[in-house]
Amino acid sequence: MLRNSLKALAIVGGLIAATPGAQAAGESVAIPDAGFSFNGIFGTYDRASAQRGFQVYQQVCASCHAAHLLSYRNLRDLGLTEAQVAAIASQVQIQDGPNDEGQMFERPGRPSDRFRSPFPNPQAARASNNGAMPPDLSVIAKARAGGANYLYALLTGYEDPPAGMTLGEGMNYNRYFPGHQIAMARPLNPDQVEYADGTPATIENMSRDVSTFLAWAAEPEAEERRAMGVKIIIFLTLLAGLAYVVKRKVWANVH
Amino acid sequence: MASGLHNSDIPNPVLRWIDQRMPVFTMMQKEYGSFPTPRNFNYFWNFGALAMVNLMIMIATGIFLAMHYTPHTSMAFDSVERIMRDVNFGWLLRYVHANGASMFFIVVYIHIWRGLYYGSYKAPRELLWILGVVIFLLMMATAFMGYVLPWGQMSFWGATVITNLFSAFPVVGEWIVQLLWGGFSVDNPTLNRFFALHYLLPFVIVGVVFLHVVALHITGSNNPLGVEPKGPQDTLPFHPYYTAKDSFGLVIYFIVFAVLVFFAPNYLGHPDNYIPADPLVTPAHIVPEWYFLPFYAILRAVPDKLGGVLLMFGSIAVLFVLPWLDGSPVRSMRFRPIARIAFLLWTVAFFVLLWCGGKPAEEPYVTISRFATAYYFAYFLVILPLLARLEKPLPLPESIARAVLGGGPLPAGAAAKPMEKA
Ligand code: HEC
Ligand code: HEM
Repeated sequence: MLRNSLKALAIVGGLIAATPGAQAAGESVAIPDAGFSFNGIFGTYDRASAQRGFQVYQQVCASCHAAHLLSYRNLRDLGLTEAQVAAIASQVQIQDGPNDEGQMFERPGRPSDRFRSPFPNPQAARASNNGAMPPDLSVIAKARAGGANYLYALLTGYEDPPAGMTLGEGMNYNRYFPGHQIAMARPLNPDQVEYADGTPATIENMSRDVSTFLAWAAEPEAEERRAMGVKIIIFLTLLAGLAYVVKRKVWANVH
Repeated sequence: MASGLHNSDIPNPVLRWIDQRMPVFTMMQKEYGSFPTPRNFNYFWNFGALAMVNLMIMIATGIFLAMHYTPHTSMAFDSVERIMRDVNFGWLLRYVHANGASMFFIVVYIHIWRGLYYGSYKAPRELLWILGVVIFLLMMATAFMGYVLPWGQMSFWGATVITNLFSAFPVVGEWIVQLLWGGFSVDNPTLNRFFALHYLLPFVIVGVVFLHVVALHITGSNNPLGVEPKGPQDTLPFHPYYTAKDSFGLVIYFIVFAVLVFFAPNYLGHPDNYIPADPLVTPAHIVPEWYFLPFYAILRAVPDKLGGVLLMFGSIAVLFVLPWLDGSPVRSMRFRPIARIAFLLWTVAFFVLLWCGGKPAEEPYVTISRFATAYYFAYFLVILPLLARLEKPLPLPESIARAVLGGGPLPAGAAAKPMEKA
């Protein structure tokens, strides 16, 4: 009986192991592991890093990339206070309305507002970027094989093209972008932002921070999910032991 | 049956009052309490109960998702993410539903494999088997349409590729495709009808599952030896023996399920489905969900479009006629030394197809898929019919009890006892 259940497990395992074939993505270079704190079973987001990452997003990336699934109030999860969140939201002007006169109007943002998008529509976004579309970054960490490791690799992967390779007009060489030609110019340069906590604003640090922020943005539930998972699996393991003992006892007189 | 109150022996007076007028408790007692069940099931016999639980989980989570989901091309993607972020435990609902579909296919594939190995499709269980294949087809349709709902890139392009297959049929092909699309491309009308059907089909599945169980309770279960129970010494009452055994299996199933949901919720998914659908950008590789990959590989193994489609549907259609292809009276592969090896090779071919389906349609995968496809069909159409005549089966045990309990006299507890309240 045990042998058979092992067989069954082997089949399940085989099914699961056989599937990453389904993940076949475009030709790309192997993504190095950047060693993020949040990738393990018990992993959590480094709050200080994610806060700095938000700063990078806001001061650099947000001029091209929307993140419209996030609300300013979500930043409280990163350890910002109510007042800090309100101050961040109030820096942007949000279009609202129509009011009683039927007019649309602008007002300062509130914590309940979604992150304001830099462009009113995809056409405007393309028009300002040589025809390329800067994707929304809300779930980008879930939308690329490799997740945050890929984002870190992409942001630190700008290099001179290999000899003999001619880049398309307005294109840049990136080691990790599939096909190596990316329409986004190197977005980060040393000391592009000034970190309040004194962390040196190197390209590596900023890339790591903004990747952490984007990983959190894509899966804000990850910490709660894993914590719940640990409890549920401990509970189920105990229950399995109990169910097995009951089964043995019930069957004791017929074996 | 004479009309008038049912003669009920349910002790509780309130329940008895109901039972006399509508004998559902007597029926439950008969079908799930004292129901005589072969005493020698192994854990492969857990998977039917697991599939039933899985179906209920899908319906329960699906109904709550539907309360928050918006079936419109401009809002579907965001509404799914809203469920994940703003609905209380919405991430749990969605990940249980999405991974529940994968668990459902794992469970049902093992359930079908069990049927193939132990010959459960043979007389007198042909109709039971056919109803099972109908459930499998309905599940595939349901899961395919469900995967379209979040309206990511793979939703859109998977839907485009799969619906387009129907255009291969002569005369009616174009018409079928337009009917599926509700227009001239995969668009809002497609999403709307897929949502309506995705809500409907699970309840059709419930109906067919009911018939499947009715048929099961007429013929009784098969068992690992494949010989029919000959008397009470060969069976045990379903409760408490198999309720206890199924409960243990169920907890193990929940553990596997929980590992997926809580620690790898997107492992079996494709990252491209977190990119909103864009009809102008074709993904580098369009791949269906993992559980369709074997059939996708068969489709692509054939150079001709219509031929591929026919072979793909044929790979499931052949299951319908399997009871008449395999003429051997011996059910269990334990007693069929050659068929057993042929079937284990078929299992390998199935996994090879699953693997090839996830690879790009280029060499060497196409050639490998062709060999695996050829073997997939040869097993059913050539090997089984031939072995039915040529193979010499091992001697069958005289009875289940003799085989399980050895030759000596039967121990006291061996005969089926009427159910007792513990
Ligand atoms: C000047 C505008 C601009 C800025 C600023 C900018 N990007 Fe981009 N980004 C783009 C464009 C345009 C693309 C599309 C590139 C393409 O498809 O070739 C892009 C693409 C991307 C992608 C997707 C790459 C892929 O795999 O498809 C990521 C991730 C990304 N940017 C992250 C960032 C981050 C993080 C920042 C801030 C540090 C940032 N970008 C700043 C314009 C910008
Ligand atoms: C046989 C049972 C079912 C199967 C196999 C199934 C399968 C699926 C699949 C594969 C998805 C896509 C998941 C994803 O990647 O996001 C999905 C989504 C969905 N399903 Fe089902 N489903 C079933 C039953 C139901 C029922 C009964 C309902 C409603 C009453 C329902 C409602 C939904 C909704 C609203 C979505 C979109 C939300 C989402 O994508 O997560 N499902 N289903």
